[in-house]
Amino acid sequence: MKFTMTSFVALAVAGFGSVAFAQGRTEIRVMWYSDGIEGEVMQDLLDRFEESHPEIDVVLDNVAYQVIQEQLPIQLASGQGPDIARVTNLKEQAEHWLDLREYVEDPAYWETNFGDRFDWMRPDGSDAIPGFMTQLTLTGGFANKTLFEQAGVEMPGEGATWDDWIAASKEVMESQQLPAAFAIDRSGHRISAGTASYGANYIGDDGMPAPIDDGTMSFATKLVEWTEEGLMLPEVWVSAAGTTYRAATDDFINAQIPFYYSGSWLIANLSTKIGDAFDWVATGTPCGTEACAGLAGGAGLVGIKYTQHPKEVAVVMDYLASEEVLREFTERTLFLPAHKGVVEAGGLNFQTDDPNVAPALEKFIAASGESSPLTDALPAWKWGNAYYGTLVTRISQVMAGEISLDEARSMMDQDIADQVGAASQ
Amino acid sequence: MAGLGETLGRAATWPFTLMARAVDPPLRVWQRWTGTGGMAAVFLAPNLAIFGVFVLIPLVLNFVYSMTGGTGILLDQRPFIGMEQYGRLLECEDYTRRITCREDQFWTAVTNTAGFVIFQVTLMVVVSLITALILNRNIRGRGFFRAVFFFPVLLSPVVVGLIWRWILQREGLLNLIAVNLGLEPEIWLNDRFYAFAATIGVSTWAHMGFYTLILLAGLQAIPRDLYEAAEMDATPPSRVFRRITLPLLGPNFAVVLVLALIRSVQIFDEVYVLTGGGPGTSTLYLTQYIYEVGFASILRNPGLAAAASILMGAVLVVLTLLQLWLSRRAEGRRAR
Repeated sequence: MKFTMTSFVALAVAGFGSVAFAQGRTEIRVMWYSDGIEGEVMQDLLDRFEESHPEIDVVLDNVAYQVIQEQLPIQLASGQGPDIARVTNLKEQAEHWLDLREYVEDPAYWETNFGDRFDWMRPDGSDAIPGFMTQLTLTGGFANKTLFEQAGVEMPGEGATWDDWIAASKEVMESQQLPAAFAIDRSGHRISAGTASYGANYIGDDGMPAPIDDGTMSFATKLVEWTEEGLMLPEVWVSAAGTTYRAATDDFINAQIPFYYSGSWLIANLSTKIGDAFDWVATGTPCGTEACAGLAGGAGLVGIKYTQHPKEVAVVMDYLASEEVLREFTERTLFLPAHKGVVEAGGLNFQTDDPNVAPALEKFIAASGESSPLTDALPAWKWGNAYYGTLVTRISQVMAGEISLDEARSMMDQDIADQVGAASQ
Repeated sequence: MAGLGETLGRAATWPFTLMARAVDPPLRVWQRWTGTGGMAAVFLAPNLAIFGVFVLIPLVLNFVYSMTGGTGILLDQRPFIGMEQYGRLLECEDYTRRITCREDQFWTAVTNTAGFVIFQVTLMVVVSLITALILNRNIRGRGFFRAVFFFPVLLSPVVVGLIWRWILQREGLLNLIAVNLGLEPEIWLNDRFYAFAATIGVSTWAHMGFYTLILLAGLQAIPRDLYEAAEMDATPPSRVFRRITLPLLGPNFAVVLVLALIRSVQIFDEVYVLTGGGPGTSTLYLTQYIYEVGFASILRNPGLAAAASILMGAVLVVLTLLQLWLSRRAEGRRAR
């Protein structure tokens, strides 16, 4: 009995002690989504951070991308949210990011290594340090090399156009009896690389949205025709309404399509899920009449303005933005690095045995040199989403046979005008 | 044994008895002070509070939101713009051509929802009635079949949507069966007609168990002697059905119709998972439109979504009142 009582008292003391200890720690919550394995890598990095910073408890809340897109904005608008978040919709929500300038250890380090992309995530004219890009992304294509080989069709080479890729993929589709020749994610961002390749310009001289132009319509027309001809996988674009995002990643992984246009963020995912089932390659962005440019972007890790612990947030951000940590993050996640020092130092040792990965990353790094005026400007333009949303909605309706391309064009202009009107109320 | 049962019963109710005794004196004082009517208000207060917090206040807030503009979420970030959102929803150059409407997707959703309600409610009532009539007969395994028909009601709408998506998609079960039978596979959810039919069929399958149960209860409440009298008079079964079963099921029918109507106007979750509103906008229903505009769209517009939901609510109220009026009139006619 004495032992029992002693044990009970000891447990109680230990319990109170740990509660007291926990109360002494500052909890920082990070809202995080993953395209591949980066959540596990980040958890590992944060575990190490906590070992060296026992006063800070970092909780990584892994959520679906949809939560970041749909729920986080509502939390932010009501002055709430996590302390740190991984976000892609950076520019439009720039007013909610914490300016880390007065909290980080060395603002000059941040300016040097991430400064080129601060304008993607801060209000126009601001000099704030809101966070950093965890990785750069570039839209681009992937081809199932094995399917092309089995079909005896040569993959289009450097400088190949969208038409070349679709024609070659069509041959593969017919030879291998596949449901479609290609797919492109149901996303305005993704098809904007295509419209840019055909000379589209979304941005007016005053920085406001310009009317839908012939460049945009050229690529939209092609997408509609390819769908009508049964070349583009209809499940992705036609089978949904509104701005619903749909990716065709699973269709590519399941070898249902020989060509897939998405982006560099999928490399780790493809490597993990395809394994040695077939060989695949990154193709870059096919050319249009004006350019062969992919659309840059990426996910940024930003501090949230409404945090109660800005100093601790800055400590976590300083750690995660350090060259050593970001190098490891890049090498393990197979992402394109966004840290200038990491890029310049080179010699990244990407941690994979998959022989498809290194050439794919090299292809995307090479493709990032290709650009067009629109793809250069879009990441830092606040009205990009107004365009993306209506492009997806209206082009899908044309594909489904509900409206004509001409009607879609005027409706897209009206949609954008409505969005601008609502925002200026 | 009875003594033990009584003791156990007392033990189980003891806390409640104690609580009742504890609150009795203050309640008596309260009743002397407020009277019997005041006591009714006291007992209603908790429910009214819950109703107010979760229904009434959101309803009023929704109405206020519908008269605000801008892209902010909080009310203080949103300017008052009067009835502009309603005007935007209802503005059309030619009401016979949806694409001439400023919010063409709203009108698409209204038209789709109207079609869905007509077909789904009709199908729901007919199928539920037939199922209830069958399950009311003295057939073998009646309990089992009742459970089978009720089981889908217990499923989450998301699960229902996913199950049927797996059945109807390109590599789904239905196409597997079709191919094995030597038929051409079909992308069912990419066809406007099939997708629309699928939303009706799936939602009927998912909810008919509930309505069947209501009708079954009504059938079992019909006095047996009426049927026995009809049998003695050699009344044909169709006449028995028209003259006895249907009229006496009237109140249950009214409940089923009102509930099915409200539920079908509000249809969202299983359809959103099943078709996402596609192909194109052919299964875009009102609730999804409201959700897209208010929450899911890249540039959300809470004011417009609120206005659309107020209009939808108004239509629901009118339909429900109309339904109740018709059923009461029918009951009155029967009583005469």
